[in-house]
Amino acid sequence: MVKKIIFLIFIFIIVIALQKILTKYGIEFYLTQIIMSIYYTICILGLCLLMGYAGQISLGQAGFFAIGGYTSAVLTTLNLMPYFQQNNKFILFLIKLNAAAFREDMFGEKILTITPFAAFCFAIIFSAIIAFLIGIPVLKLKGHYLAMATLGVGIIIYRIVLGTQIFGCADGIYDLPEFKLFANLAISGSSKLRVQNYYIAIVILSIILILLYNLINSRIGRALRAIHTSEDAAEALGINTARYKLYVFVISAIIAAIAGCLLTHFNGGISPAEASIMKSVKYVAIVAVGGMANFYGVMFMGIILQFLSLRGYFGSFDDLIFGAILVAMMLFSSEGLFNIFKLRKKYE
Amino acid sequence: MDFSYYFQYFLSGLTNGSTYIIVAIGFNIIYNSTGIINFAQGEFLMLGAMTTVSYLKFMPLALAIICAVFTTMLIGFLIDLLFIRTLHKPTVLKMIIITIGLSIIIQELALHIWDEKVKTLPYFTGSLDTTIKIFNAYISPQVLWVLGSSIFIIIILNLFFKYSLIGKAMRACAVNKEVARLCGINTKNIISLSFIISSGIGAFAGCVITPLSQVQYNCGTPIAIKGFTVAILGGLGNNNGAIIAGIFLGIIESFSILFLPLAYKEAIATIILLIILICKPSGFLGKKELQSLKEF
Repeated sequence: MVKKIIFLIFIFIIVIALQKILTKYGIEFYLTQIIMSIYYTICILGLCLLMGYAGQISLGQAGFFAIGGYTSAVLTTLNLMPYFQQNNKFILFLIKLNAAAFREDMFGEKILTITPFAAFCFAIIFSAIIAFLIGIPVLKLKGHYLAMATLGVGIIIYRIVLGTQIFGCADGIYDLPEFKLFANLAISGSSKLRVQNYYIAIVILSIILILLYNLINSRIGRALRAIHTSEDAAEALGINTARYKLYVFVISAIIAAIAGCLLTHFNGGISPAEASIMKSVKYVAIVAVGGMANFYGVMFMGIILQFLSLRGYFGSFDDLIFGAILVAMMLFSSEGLFNIFKLRKKYE
Repeated sequence: MDFSYYFQYFLSGLTNGSTYIIVAIGFNIIYNSTGIINFAQGEFLMLGAMTTVSYLKFMPLALAIICAVFTTMLIGFLIDLLFIRTLHKPTVLKMIIITIGLSIIIQELALHIWDEKVKTLPYFTGSLDTTIKIFNAYISPQVLWVLGSSIFIIIILNLFFKYSLIGKAMRACAVNKEVARLCGINTKNIISLSFIISSGIGAFAGCVITPLSQVQYNCGTPIAIKGFTVAILGGLGNNNGAIIAGIFLGIIESFSILFLPLAYKEAIATIILLIILICKPSGFLGKKELQSLKEF
């Protein structure tokens, strides 16, 4: 217990020290990439739950990330003014609920759009429904078939996003409003709000992490580990494997959608590249290198690798490095980087 | 819209379909001997075509193709030697991740070796403008090359599996690896051989199709997904099923242009794949009992 508290305090200090140091040396712009990688990491934690703890591979995580991002992007940029002028009752109802509000677009024109918070809620519900509908048939499959089916879902989402007018085709959607949380806090990419956004991202990451830890140490978590070890044995013990797998699939999709939604607001836009298969594979690589069933490992590796990748340290070898990481982790240490040290300690 | 118009679509579907068949057979060969799906299968096509483009600077086309096929076979062998043979306690999840990683590595290396430009090979006979008139439809002689070489590969493979001793050993491995080992078959070498064969036929198919469809460093993945769809449709591990399924998918794809926007053409194979995976994972022509015995 004491060890845990010391560990948490240590992390807390690092988080604050990092910001102070970056600000002091005038390289605060690094925070932007750190914030982005934190949001990506939230999405990866969802995959970690599904892959590491439940043992179900998914190559469609970026698809759910994109569903969250695109849903909120479409809703917060779609101009409802024409309907408002026709006195559409539904629109008036939305305004009454504070779910729609007037704002100015980038050309200074007055438009009526759904508020970010309402869009955020809708995006979560929508992605949960989609994950539920996809999960029922797809999760019956195992191994290769599951990998291919989730890959197929990812490809279809990518194609739909790329080929549909309302999603902006290859251009994506831009000009999103900032996401006002409460008081003066807002998720947005403007450089004035950078420090504030850093702490918001950290807090959101912590909340997700705490929720996930509680989930893992609950009845559901134990059931999941049983499923991972042996599905037949779990079933024999009276665990409804299909239902638990579906739960986890939906939860991981919701987490991905949350991350997608927040990152889209932070970036102020989203492009079809977010839904591409390579993104999904990168997430899988990070889960593998973080040690599969290890939230802390996945979190650290996620933030570090995504940060390096976003800052462009890998140059044109970006994808190659993630591919190599995948293969190397599987060949030499399928338990992740952190567990190598653990194992070594045991033997010394 | 007369008959010749439809015939043209039919032939283009058949051409694409025959490529998918070769890829699907490549999947099947490796699946039968190892029980894994090689996600890097599409990359063999790309490698075959790319190496031919490079070799073409030094030698005539026919020789370049032969050399390219052998180079790709060597790469396939190395993949097995370095990544599959050495693997401790291979689980399906591990294998999937390794082959996905390999496919990315090959793609990215290809990007750095051959750059990102679209490349092509000369037509085997005639040129871009040469056409042959069949039933009032004008087709390129390359189409006949593609169809002919696909049929050639299929026949040769069938003979190989049916009559040669090694072919029989490979079939024995596919049915039951443990028993095959008891009979004195070196299963590890069989796995190597299956990687070599499937990379070889992949490379050859890549060379033949390239004059029609061009080649780029990232063109392997879409073909692999379509090949996988075909393999599943025909029942995984079932080569004869793959032939029917390949023709089916190719023709559906080429006729889809009549009804759907072109942007969705790529998604058709994936949708078919999802439907078949959800409804009948053993495939149209696969036997259910046989499939349930296999690990997947």
